[in-house]
Amino acid sequence: MSDKTAPGKPHVGSQMIRTDGRDKVLGLTQYVDDEAFSGWHGATVRSPVARGRIRSIRFLEGPDWRQFVIVDARDIPRFAHSIHGADASHGPAEAGQTADVDLNIVKMIVDDQPYLVRDEIRHKHEAVVLLAHPDRDLVRWAATRVHIEVEPLPAVLDYRQQASPAQIQHGKDNIFKAYSLRKGAGEQEDLWQKVLADATHVVSGVYETGAQEQAYIEPQGIVAHVELAPEDEAHGRWPQKPFHVHIRGSMQCPYYVHNAMKHLFNQPDDRIQIVQTATGGGFGGKEDYPSIIAGHAALLSWKARQPVKMIYDRVEDMQSTTKRHPCQTRLTTALDAQGRLLALEAQVLMDGGAYVTLSPVVLSRGTIHAAGPYSIDHVRIDAKVVLSNTAPNGAFRGFGAPQTIFAMERHLDRCAKQVGISPAEIRRQNLIEPGQSLATGQVIREPVALRQWMQQTMDALNYEEKRANYKAFNDQQLRTGGPLRRGVGLATFMHGCGFTGSGEVWLDSIVKVRVASDGVVEVCAANTEMGQGAQTVFTAIAADALGLDTDQIRVIQPDTDQVPNSGPTVASRTSMVVGHLVAKACDDLVRQVEEKGLLTGARLLPSQAPISEQSDGRGRRYAAADLQAALRQLPGLQGWARYQPPPGVIWDDQTYKGVAYGTYGWACYAADVQVDTTTMEVRLLDFVAGQEVGRVLHPLLAAGQIIGGVVQGIGWALWEDVVLDAQGGMANANLTTYVLPTMADVPEIRTLFQEQPYGYGPFGAKGIGELPMDGPAPAVINAVAMALDCDICSIPATPERLLELSMRPEGTSA
Amino acid sequence: MSHSPHSQPPVRPVPAGAVRIACTINGQAREFVAAPMRRLIDVLRDDLGLVGTKEGCGEGECGACSILLDGQPVNSCLIPAIQVQGANLTTIEGLASRDTFNKTVLHPVQQAFLEHGGAQCGICTPGMIVTAAWMVQTGQPAADVPKVLAGNLCRCTGYAHIVTSVQAAVEAGQAAGLTERPAGEA
Repeated sequence: MSDKTAPGKPHVGSQMIRTDGRDKVLGLTQYVDDEAFSGWHGATVRSPVARGRIRSIRFLEGPDWRQFVIVDARDIPRFAHSIHGADASHGPAEAGQTADVDLNIVKMIVDDQPYLVRDEIRHKHEAVVLLAHPDRDLVRWAATRVHIEVEPLPAVLDYRQQASPAQIQHGKDNIFKAYSLRKGAGEQEDLWQKVLADATHVVSGVYETGAQEQAYIEPQGIVAHVELAPEDEAHGRWPQKPFHVHIRGSMQCPYYVHNAMKHLFNQPDDRIQIVQTATGGGFGGKEDYPSIIAGHAALLSWKARQPVKMIYDRVEDMQSTTKRHPCQTRLTTALDAQGRLLALEAQVLMDGGAYVTLSPVVLSRGTIHAAGPYSIDHVRIDAKVVLSNTAPNGAFRGFGAPQTIFAMERHLDRCAKQVGISPAEIRRQNLIEPGQSLATGQVIREPVALRQWMQQTMDALNYEEKRANYKAFNDQQLRTGGPLRRGVGLATFMHGCGFTGSGEVWLDSIVKVRVASDGVVEVCAANTEMGQGAQTVFTAIAADALGLDTDQIRVIQPDTDQVPNSGPTVASRTSMVVGHLVAKACDDLVRQVEEKGLLTGARLLPSQAPISEQSDGRGRRYAAADLQAALRQLPGLQGWARYQPPPGVIWDDQTYKGVAYGTYGWACYAADVQVDTTTMEVRLLDFVAGQEVGRVLHPLLAAGQIIGGVVQGIGWALWEDVVLDAQGGMANANLTTYVLPTMADVPEIRTLFQEQPYGYGPFGAKGIGELPMDGPAPAVINAVAMALDCDICSIPATPERLLELSMRPEGTSA
Repeated sequence: MSHSPHSQPPVRPVPAGAVRIACTINGQAREFVAAPMRRLIDVLRDDLGLVGTKEGCGEGECGACSILLDGQPVNSCLIPAIQVQGANLTTIEGLASRDTFNKTVLHPVQQAFLEHGGAQCGICTPGMIVTAAWMVQTGQPAADVPKVLAGNLCRCTGYAHIVTSVQAAVEAGQAAGLTERPAGEA
């Protein structure tokens, strides 16, 4: 598909047609369940209770069980014989020694989650038994004919309650991870008390946000094929000889799955191949979970001696996969008479669910974002994430930040009321300026102009005028007994781009570009297209870095046999961090072509500066035809780039001080709502999303990302309610009773972009993916709070909850 | 527990009571044998290989499996196979056409989705486009787009670019006089 960009014009910043678009509109894109498949189908038998010990597993009459392959925890060796010797994924075993490792562990941060329950069930819908059969419908039915008898154990069903000794399941206190952050007087109790005593206002509040389902429309799905050595084919025991594991499926992070399969099957890197198939949405839900379903499908494939496909239906997907962490945030702020924030204390408590999974890093981001984009001299943040006996909570766009930002932004409006100033004014008083420092002590060096950007958002919404008019409107409705109330709300916030602190150094991402036999330059990266436009953006970056047209670039499908590990597709890092590596790898390619003396044409750009460091993407060094002719003579030539941290990114994980992120996206969102007090239905009348995200690489895709995130945020604020049953299982695990925003529910979301090129992103780009999830909930709820003149402190603010709140006596919050 | 793998490989039997069903799909006469209550989406995807139609929820809520049944948009996960006996079906595979050089020509709705950013991850796209094509064909007003497509869920886009895509296609269709007027209208 050719694009709309004229020859020679830069693609970065253009509206080039997305590279995967044509197949998608034709319905030709092959998702994992669409690919030709010959093999068996898998299904999972899940636990019926929140916590307990398995007494027995009974196979009920009905299915002819002789036709099924059945796997449970006893099939996975606890102590495996190491086949290939030392392997980074499973400790210190030397070649030929017995490896003292439990293979039934989902490799992530902490080794606590099994693929299949060994003895103790930790949450409802946890996988206990796997079945495979040639017939998909039969195996799904058979999974309902397995009875798991359980001796119940005391479970934690409310993460906010202190666990009793009998409920302790992790360490000595069920705390997965805790962080403390201190700034200024936050370090010393006496000074802290003095700041509070000297303040004109001290405002406290408790804010709660609920779980949220990622609700990608393509459920989780994997095809696994374990190829055994001939000696192992004949018998059913755990393989003795080296073997291959091939995985294809819907995922965000092929190398996470790779690492997990290496451990589960005790095989080295080159025996495991992970291929990402077209992925129908992820939003964090396909960050770590695919390792589990891949492990299940592969275990079945090993035992069935067949390729095995596992596709979850919607109910199973919602019951068993991760959600956004529920969170309770207690805030106390001290303010002076003008509304300047003198001190902030935050106690953050997150619900990790039954296993650690990604909770430590989710909590980390929540901690760092808790104090918002404000200059506050004295800060104390204590955050912890604890166990509960529900399905593990995990990654969801925003990754802990939306929770604490909701609390802070809601709290600021309540502070403004107390001080007697407007929500806009309290933000103006406190928004950070260059040279001031965030809660971590990170001094802002970029030329942020948050007050000005906030004003632009407000002007676009006509915020001030609406605020005045709506007060009069609400008074008039109240006087005349009218049911309608209106309000406007603001949220100002930031989102750190890329992994936190030294995380990007630890990831050590690598990108390769290579010249294919037809002279086309192939971009080889592990980052996945899941709708956000990564493939298109990489194409545009490579085309501009080389000075070629987009038909001379091919972004290859992520396949761990083909692409180096450029890290996971998470944390708003793909365009900024990996995109920058794509540009640098192209620089490396051109340098090598120059060294070979094959570039005969004139150098167009006198500067020696690498293209990857140019912010406008216009600096092509050679005429496209010259470079193309040279590349055609060099099939197989490779250009490489490895991550180098920007100077000055120094982070202390112990004290939570330093530069948490190389840069941030900055934003101000504004919502305009109408509430019908008869039904408590909230209608969005208008919404403006203004943000500074560095150079916008593709205006249409960027707007799509922002608007998509905003609507997810609105859903989280108003409608999306994960209801748990008495065993901590999701009671409304379907799209009928878990209410997603529809086209009829949302107004036109208007986007404003400020562009200040960032020196360490490709052509000046920053990350953009998660930012739009952070602001909508507080902006909308601040507007609803104005409309109803009530103190809403928890979401989702469903009509039922709003009704309950409006009937409470004044002065109590919910 | 011990279980011998596949001692006797099972063969998928033709279910009792299966019937022969004839219909037209994307302009072609098709025949298949299925249990009367087999879901149409399974017939399309598994039996006939028309995998452009997607399953998002299996209960008629998300609209990813939308197809046209005798010209009306339906959720194919809710339609029993027997109901399409003699019917005329259009799936996403049936919208594009071919020019005289046998090159694929996108349906105006597909073209609009491509240009206006209506597809992101692409999984809801076939259902969205099929429903939108119905709007264009039947001359639904552009203002009704959010109401008509409220039965098609999308988690990526926040809908804005889908709305602009469909509205552009609907308006272009009206301008070109391509739409059939709903029966009974002047």
